[in-house]
Amino acid sequence: MTNHWVDVKNADVVLVMGANPAENHPIAMKWVMRAREKGAKFIVVDPRFTRTAAKADIYASMRSGTDIAFLGGMIKYILDNNLYFRDYVANYTNATFLINPEFKGPGELDGVFSGYDEKTRKYDKKTWSIQMDDKGIPKKDMTLKDPNCVFQLLRKHYSRYTLEKVSSITGTPKEKLIEVYKTYASTGKPNRVGTELYAMGWTQHTVGTQNIRAMTIIQLLLGNIGLAGGGVNAMRGESNVQGSTDYGILFHILPGYLPVPSASVVDLKTYIEKFTPKTKDPKSVNWWGNRPKYITSYLKAIYGDNATKDNDFGYAWLPKLDEGQNGSWLMLFDQMFNGKFEGFFAWGQNPACSGANAGKVRKALAKLKWMVNVNLFDNETGSFWKGPDMNPKDIKTEVFMLPCASSVEKEGSITNSSRLGQWRYKAVEPIGESKPDSEIMNELYFRVKRLYQKQGGKFPDPIVNLTWNYGEKDASGKIKKVDTHSVAKEINGYYLEDLKVGKKGHLAVNFVSLQADGTTSCGNWLYSGSYTEKDDKVVNMMARRGKKDIGNLGMHPEWAWCWPLNRRIIYNRASVDPQGRPWDPKRAVIKWNPDKLDPKTKKTAPGWDGDVPDGPAPPMADEKAGKYPFIMRADGMGAIFGPGLADGPFPEHYEPLECPVQENPMSKKHRINPTVKLFYGVTGPHDKPVKDGGRPEDIFLTCDIRYPYVATTYRVSEHWQTGLLTRHLPWQLEMQPQQFVEISKELADEKGIKNGSKVTVSSARGKVWAIAVVTDRFKPFKVMDTTIHQVGLPWCFGWQHPEDGSGGDSANLLTPTVGDANTMIPETKAFMVNVEKA
Amino acid sequence: MARKALLISPELCIGCRGCQTACKSWNQLPATKTVNEGSIENPPDLTPNLYNKIRYVEMPSNSNMVRWLFVSQRCMHCDDAGCIKICPAPGALFKTKEGAVGFDKDKCIGCKLCVAGCPFDVPRYDEKDKVSKCHLCSDRIAEGLEPACSKTCPTGAIRYGDRDNIIGKAQKAGYEKLYGQVDLGGLGVLYAFKDSPKIYGMDERPQIPETVVFWHKVLKPLAYWGLGGAAAVSLLHYLVIGPKKDEGGDQL
Repeated sequence: MTNHWVDVKNADVVLVMGANPAENHPIAMKWVMRAREKGAKFIVVDPRFTRTAAKADIYASMRSGTDIAFLGGMIKYILDNNLYFRDYVANYTNATFLINPEFKGPGELDGVFSGYDEKTRKYDKKTWSIQMDDKGIPKKDMTLKDPNCVFQLLRKHYSRYTLEKVSSITGTPKEKLIEVYKTYASTGKPNRVGTELYAMGWTQHTVGTQNIRAMTIIQLLLGNIGLAGGGVNAMRGESNVQGSTDYGILFHILPGYLPVPSASVVDLKTYIEKFTPKTKDPKSVNWWGNRPKYITSYLKAIYGDNATKDNDFGYAWLPKLDEGQNGSWLMLFDQMFNGKFEGFFAWGQNPACSGANAGKVRKALAKLKWMVNVNLFDNETGSFWKGPDMNPKDIKTEVFMLPCASSVEKEGSITNSSRLGQWRYKAVEPIGESKPDSEIMNELYFRVKRLYQKQGGKFPDPIVNLTWNYGEKDASGKIKKVDTHSVAKEINGYYLEDLKVGKKGHLAVNFVSLQADGTTSCGNWLYSGSYTEKDDKVVNMMARRGKKDIGNLGMHPEWAWCWPLNRRIIYNRASVDPQGRPWDPKRAVIKWNPDKLDPKTKKTAPGWDGDVPDGPAPPMADEKAGKYPFIMRADGMGAIFGPGLADGPFPEHYEPLECPVQENPMSKKHRINPTVKLFYGVTGPHDKPVKDGGRPEDIFLTCDIRYPYVATTYRVSEHWQTGLLTRHLPWQLEMQPQQFVEISKELADEKGIKNGSKVTVSSARGKVWAIAVVTDRFKPFKVMDTTIHQVGLPWCFGWQHPEDGSGGDSANLLTPTVGDANTMIPETKAFMVNVEKA
Repeated sequence: MARKALLISPELCIGCRGCQTACKSWNQLPATKTVNEGSIENPPDLTPNLYNKIRYVEMPSNSNMVRWLFVSQRCMHCDDAGCIKICPAPGALFKTKEGAVGFDKDKCIGCKLCVAGCPFDVPRYDEKDKVSKCHLCSDRIAEGLEPACSKTCPTGAIRYGDRDNIIGKAQKAGYEKLYGQVDLGGLGVLYAFKDSPKIYGMDERPQIPETVVFWHKVLKPLAYWGLGGAAAVSLLHYLVIGPKKDEGGDQL
């Protein structure tokens, strides 16, 4: 989240699109309801009328996978009606930047941006470049009138997203579109703020990243980023997903969003050159310019004294990707299916139910020699070999079950969507032989290390050189019991020498004090300052529970600790005008105070009041020292034009891999996102599946009468993820006992399906049975003058539990193998199925 | 002690059913094996092991595709409680000092008269034929804690407090008259309805059946003053429920 949970209450308009917080983030709704009680308008846009929609002032239904069309229409509406926040747009975004005159959009090039190569399915981004002046600073047109400026290109791009066109794509009635657009665009004034909450309803699409980009553009146009009650806010799918991402659980990032190098990035110098953005603009903070400090301190944290200047701080020991290698979920299971893995740790997950195209995942597991299942309970993954359509005799995979402790059986921090790291305490001892994950890793680490020490092996250095100072050691050098506090301190970082910023052996104050020369260590720069020293006392900032607030905005700066630097709202320098005065004084996040008194010296020291500002520099208008607000961007500006993405600098509507229409209404040629990785071949102008285009497991069918209905998957409040934790709780099962599929009364009539009866839902890849829930909460759409039905079903059920099989199986048996062009997050929110009486 | 009450605001309820689970957890009520009958509402009705449930109502709407209402259904803790009035077993149903209607299974004689005495169809009987229903977490509130349901509710759709305070706050929030504010002597569970209670499946004017009033005023004193207790109960049972039906051999 750019903002935080409590901040939702400060909004004038709350838009929930791509999410269903009433069911999946119930506590979030507390703050939505607070906002509503104060008079805010609540808008929900969703293909189905959810429990969240039930609370909306305005609900708009929309066919799954058409968010960009919906939002593109809103961008056009804002521009056509001059509802954007001009001062914000001109001063704080790249709308003024001049783009390469060679740049062309999909309106001119049959559905693609300039530079597309059909063979590689990739863009050459040469023409997406920003024009630079002779000092190397972006050329700007402050009047926003130059035909090559971002603002005019944006206008041109979205001029194609007319109400008629958008309505025909999304199936949303025109009047509804206007009602939503008008209400949300009302926040384009300095004293009105709108927030957006999204979750997997936006990410799990082949255009997932661009869905979010489209909203970012809207929020920048309306001047809603950096302000209280604003922002683009991702509600993470589990309590600590934010934490796991921050700590680099994804294949392409190390802790603190440092890129994972590929093999060609041969040494630290090359790494720093390649990944440290530069700017020649003195007004740009370009915070990522500090990358050398963070990567070096990270290497010092993980390799300790073994990392020296002479050995490049152990850079060579960091794992590297092969050139162009993608290690995302879909690719891992594809490789597993290809027999490329011997073993697999399924740690705290249940891919046999949660993985897109779960049937393929289950087959892939059978190719393994061994699997270690670390979880609270056995699950459909650990027991895949005795699951449906499996013959245990044919399966050679050896499965080990390691029971782990639950979150209340161990101490440590979790980070929620607010970027808030909160310390938690152990409530009860782990049951039986179960152990906290850290203890399991500790055992594993020492055994693997011992093997390397005894037997050598191809590349022992990354393991044998690791630091592991997490508690008291036994005679063999093994840590007896992992001390979570030591881990938290290692993450915060230490001074390794006597430095100006602090003495050797002390905890780093924060990341501003980190160095690039190996004199500091830090496991994750974003968390530097979370476990530190104040007045010579060690303080776990995450354990704080102070309730003080700033101006009744719910920022509570003394409650736990959030990254970065306990800044509650990021990009908060955009919440003030260039002179440092809040756009909306009633909701002042920060404010420049020229008469501020230094509490120690009692002298005037001009500075910021309020939240921790994005840097101490004076307001932007200060000619000498003023800075731009978007400090993480090299040019300091909010990116309306985003050339960094794989699939285009502006979001463009493409149909899902499987969709109900013959062609993309926005383009004659490219039906689907032209840059997604394909697991099954396509042909022709509308990306139809080629006959025998790949493995049968990866097959897709689009606009095919055998699978005529749009489907989406989701969670319900009664079950947690794949239901592993909740299907074992009879109380939860009592409320939500069985797989169901929600369908409209119209479709039920057409198919002769009775409410409460058993039906079969099938896709090109698999089928599940489900109980039909026939409801007015689903309605057919009018799309391109045809009636399109949409259905939806949850993915929280699995064959193993309840034991009598009465629950059904995961909806992921239906979902396709395809992912977002940038992140490879699977497209499980829009695909095609059939529904028949069972 | 000030009378305590719950304020239920369907406008704030998101139907998450945290309250339904919290109630079961605190009261350690076993789960029932259910099936999906074409609705996410489950179990379909209150049971001896389900004191509080969320009712889901889909209805037509002018402005949106549909209206979907969520409302908590449970014992209303009436001031003038029909169940207590009619109960022939002393102490089986009683008022706590906070104003909750509690029950004592040891004293319950299984006559089911309270079922007939309740205007809200709340009391249920367990497998041992003992009364069972929401008791406003009387064990919690006696210790100064709030009931499990309101404690769990994330949005404030179920709020607990002094009855007068609750009414005052709701009035400030624009609810002139709450459902249950005056009915049956004033309910211990108040509802802030924006629409007619009917659409939530509630009676506009809940009333205790006449026969119960008759028993309370005439027969119950008689029972104490000489008429054999059992005889009085069977007479009453006849009056209220009608001739005994064969319900699996249950004897009164």
